[in-house]
Amino acid sequence: MELPEAERLIEQLVAQMRPAISADTALVGIHTGGAWLAERLHAELRIAAPLGNIDVAFYRDDLSGRGLHAKARRSDIPFEVEGRPVVIVDDVVYTGRTTRAALNELFDYGRPARVDLAVLVDRGGRELPIDARYCAHRLAQPLAPNRNLRLERDADGAFSLRLIDTR
Amino acid sequence: MARNPQLNSHGGLRHLLSIEGLPREIVVAILDTAEPFTEVAEREVKKLPLLRGKSVFNLFFENSTRTRTTFEIAAKRLSADVINLNVSTSSTAKGETLLDTVDNLVAMQADMFVVRHASSGAPYLIAQHLEATRRPNVHVVNAGDGRHAHPTQGLLDMYTIRHYKRDFTQLTVAVVGDILHSRVARSQIHALTTLGVPEVRAIAPKTLLPSEVERLGVRVFHDMREGLRGVDVVMMLRLQNERMTGSLLPSPQEYFKFFGLTEDKLALAKPDAIVLHPGPMNRGVEIDSAVADGGQAVILPQVTFGIAVRMAVMSMLAHG
Repeated sequence: MELPEAERLIEQLVAQMRPAISADTALVGIHTGGAWLAERLHAELRIAAPLGNIDVAFYRDDLSGRGLHAKARRSDIPFEVEGRPVVIVDDVVYTGRTTRAALNELFDYGRPARVDLAVLVDRGGRELPIDARYCAHRLAQPLAPNRNLRLERDADGAFSLRLIDTR
Repeated sequence: MARNPQLNSHGGLRHLLSIEGLPREIVVAILDTAEPFTEVAEREVKKLPLLRGKSVFNLFFENSTRTRTTFEIAAKRLSADVINLNVSTSSTAKGETLLDTVDNLVAMQADMFVVRHASSGAPYLIAQHLEATRRPNVHVVNAGDGRHAHPTQGLLDMYTIRHYKRDFTQLTVAVVGDILHSRVARSQIHALTTLGVPEVRAIAPKTLLPSEVERLGVRVFHDMREGLRGVDVVMMLRLQNERMTGSLLPSPQEYFKFFGLTEDKLALAKPDAIVLHPGPMNRGVEIDSAVADGGQAVILPQVTFGIAVRMAVMSMLAHG
């Protein structure tokens, strides 16, 4: 399968988001791919609120199957969530379970005015009623469950998408 | 029972009974897991869903305020239901055995026991019993047993040292005071050697040192000034008056003179040395107020870190 070029998708995503960004909008990236992407969007969109990061490890719904990761990152929400529009940023949306976990965690910091989701790629296969308001690319056919699509960042900070077979 | 009763078949944490016998990787994993938990206290909602729906029983057969409270806070921050058993007024007083109490609580769907007991080995006995009665999903945390071990205290001390000093392999650490009666000292010494601290010193009067203490890998000093020279970390112990039998000490004043941590004795340690104390402190006995309240003391951060470390232990037990 031919993968779209990540840098082009980021440009499209920035163009989609720009008209909807208000003075108090804040971005929260989901560790790790989403956090990289959020960092780039934060700079390109000149967001005033400091950038947030979330590691959803403690909010996953499949902990009993996967166990706890020892290297979970500390979540960092350096702005007042209460009453603020927030955009959760992830590289790829799939089942929607990660987004659900991020929403739960975000609400433990306060009640946001609204929450949207921004992703580079929607790979299909949703298992929850979750949709990305900003999405640069939707795959025509959902990816098979054994394929893992993710964002990678090289030493110079350039992004690329990578497809990995997990079985 | 498996060879190491503390580990499950995948090498994950099954019970936390003592630091002795824990692989280094597990000790480091507990400290690493605790790291992100320190941030939860800063949130509007100070809760994570990791133990949602689980019942944690605090089984304290011996008094403790700080340890029981911090375990309770830790379990509640993980969304567990916490049941505190005031054992002195419960069935035990009516003659029920420890294991009958455990069986009854297991029948009430207990998921975890936090156990403090005056007898060394009581938490082992419970863990063994859970194994024998095939209760693989019920976990035991030792919150202090007799003179044997107090592993979460040892771990929170290691977390505190790592927070301020980063690298264990460059440190000289002194454990000072009533080592004979102290389960805390034993857990600290095992933790320090497990994490690769090259020099651990035990500073105490001869009467307050266990025989063959050198076998734990420590250098013994009976002169506090000599022992403190050049150390990076001073770990003070509480003088355990309630455990003392006979006349091991002339008087608290005499003890303070020789083994109380004062500013002039602390000046012999490195200028950036930190001072730990597990609490509750006997001011004017093992530690002078000027030191306890001074800039080198990290005694209150220890308490805060203790919550995160206990959260880490309980989540690792629950999620193997």
